[in-house]
Amino acid sequence: MDLGKYAQVVLWSYAGAIALILALIMLSLWQAAITRRALREVEDRQGKPNG
Amino acid sequence: MSIWEYANPKKFMQTSGTVLPWVSALAAICLIIGLTWGFFFTPDAVNFGATVKIIYLHVPSAMMAINAWVMMLIASLIWLIRRHHVSALAAKAAAPVGLTMTLIALLTGAIWGQPMWGTWWAWDPRLTSFLILTLFYLGYLALWQAVDNPDTAADLTSVLCIVGSVFALLSRYAVNFWNQGLHQGASLSMDAKDHVSNIYYIPLLISIAGFILLFLSLVLLRTRTEIRSRRLAVLLLRERMA
Repeated sequence: MDLGKYAQVVLWSYAGAIALILALIMLSLWQAAITRRALREVEDRQGKPNG
Repeated sequence: MSIWEYANPKKFMQTSGTVLPWVSALAAICLIIGLTWGFFFTPDAVNFGATVKIIYLHVPSAMMAINAWVMMLIASLIWLIRRHHVSALAAKAAAPVGLTMTLIALLTGAIWGQPMWGTWWAWDPRLTSFLILTLFYLGYLALWQAVDNPDTAADLTSVLCIVGSVFALLSRYAVNFWNQGLHQGASLSMDAKDHVSNIYYIPLLISIAGFILLFLSLVLLRTRTEIRSRRLAVLLLRERMA
């Protein structure tokens, strides 16, 4: 595939956008995991059901 | 069954837990198909060359940047009127997603603008209102962090969201209000004569569907995290007071 003289423009756009989306997904999953773990620890300690 | 049932955190967690894997899988499928089709299997445009491939990122992200704020506005109004905590937390959860969409739209627009317009940036009505919307996203997130009481934070951010809606609308309709500036009109239209050629249109629709589903899945995931975080804070407070 030949992107011609605009190859850099197109590739930088895709690289930047995909990097931002992946960073957001990773951050969301990481926050979800640490919050779930912390909640489970407190609920186990207090003898309540995991939520 | 009423929609207000989902204002109950337990009901929301049950339903979103079932729906989330399906929405996420659909988002991944649509994004992979839409972006691969757009990048590899669409021809160069006569006027824009290969840069036309950027529309598969720029148009859906710009749409979602505005629509995310509209979703936050509706959730904020529900909070202000009916005081449902899940709606306030959903608005909070949507803000980082909307901000990311805004940054993608600005980034891809600037990268595209440099060879096409000869500049990375212009104080064009649509671009300027979009930049202000970005600042509102940052302000909204900062306000949530700045206020300790979660209900007060939800109240203040809801008011900020209502004010910022002016710029969300402006960034959508600025081209129509002011018949000037560099930014062209909408790429999509109900009138087939006005929107982009079918060769680009179908993969663009799939990309848009992918971005909508990605937004939905991230908002569900982040709202679930916010609900758990709120519960964690309550349990820790009880523990300290016991």
